[in-house]
Amino acid sequence: MGDEAAWRELVERFSRYVYAIAVGAYRLGRDDAEEVFQEVFARTYEHLDRLRDDGAIRPWIGQLTRRLAIDRLRAGGREDLTGEDVDSGVADETLARLEEAMAVREALATLPDHCQDVLDRFFTRDESYVTIGEALDIPAGTIASRISRCLGKLRDELEGRSDAPRASGEQVTA
Amino acid sequence: MSAWDEDRIARLLAELPPAPEGWVQAAQELPAARAELDGLVERAVRDVAFRASVLADLEAALRETGHEPDPARVAALRARLSSS
Repeated sequence: MGDEAAWRELVERFSRYVYAIAVGAYRLGRDDAEEVFQEVFARTYEHLDRLRDDGAIRPWIGQLTRRLAIDRLRAGGREDLTGEDVDSGVADETLARLEEAMAVREALATLPDHCQDVLDRFFTRDESYVTIGEALDIPAGTIASRISRCLGKLRDELEGRSDAPRASGEQVTA
Repeated sequence: MSAWDEDRIARLLAELPPAPEGWVQAAQELPAARAELDGLVERAVRDVAFRASVLADLEAALRETGHEPDPARVAALRARLSSS
């Protein structure tokens, strides 16, 4: 991919996923998480030629982030940890949820912009009706019904998809 | 009952908060940051000893060549040297 706009879109698409794995699943501190985050995208950029298949990118990024997060935990004084310990103990359940969450976000991306915006603001950014109303310039009293309608559209979109969330199990050789 | 009930969808939406804006922007600007490192990487490819010294301390190598050793540039340099 030589196109900078496409690269920006790829980063936008996977930034939450990488961040959530580093911070949510492996509980890395801010500095370590930032280094893992940048390392994942730098390595992804170098491997883009080998990641032509869109469906291969997510599992590849997921596994790379996990591996780098585990390396970081070990480097931070947890040399006793093995990958198996970390994967099976703390992080597995969270990682499974993140796979499902990515499927939801991909479905969300197909909805009209106003639905994406209101659902992201309310459920992900935890903004109040008043804050959302001010940001979107709509009466706060109409926010609840808009959220409900958009959530219904998102559910319909998810039910219409046959793909199960992919597991991030492909081998990373970066 | 649907596998995608609205409570579940709402919980899953909350699982992926945005990454810090500065991190995302730095990653998006990676192609430009990467291009700034061309001279450094080319010299490291030609000179084995220089390559070893760069790999031993990426941040110092960046500083010495006039680049800010922020996490995005350090990662870009490491990734480029690993793949070259």
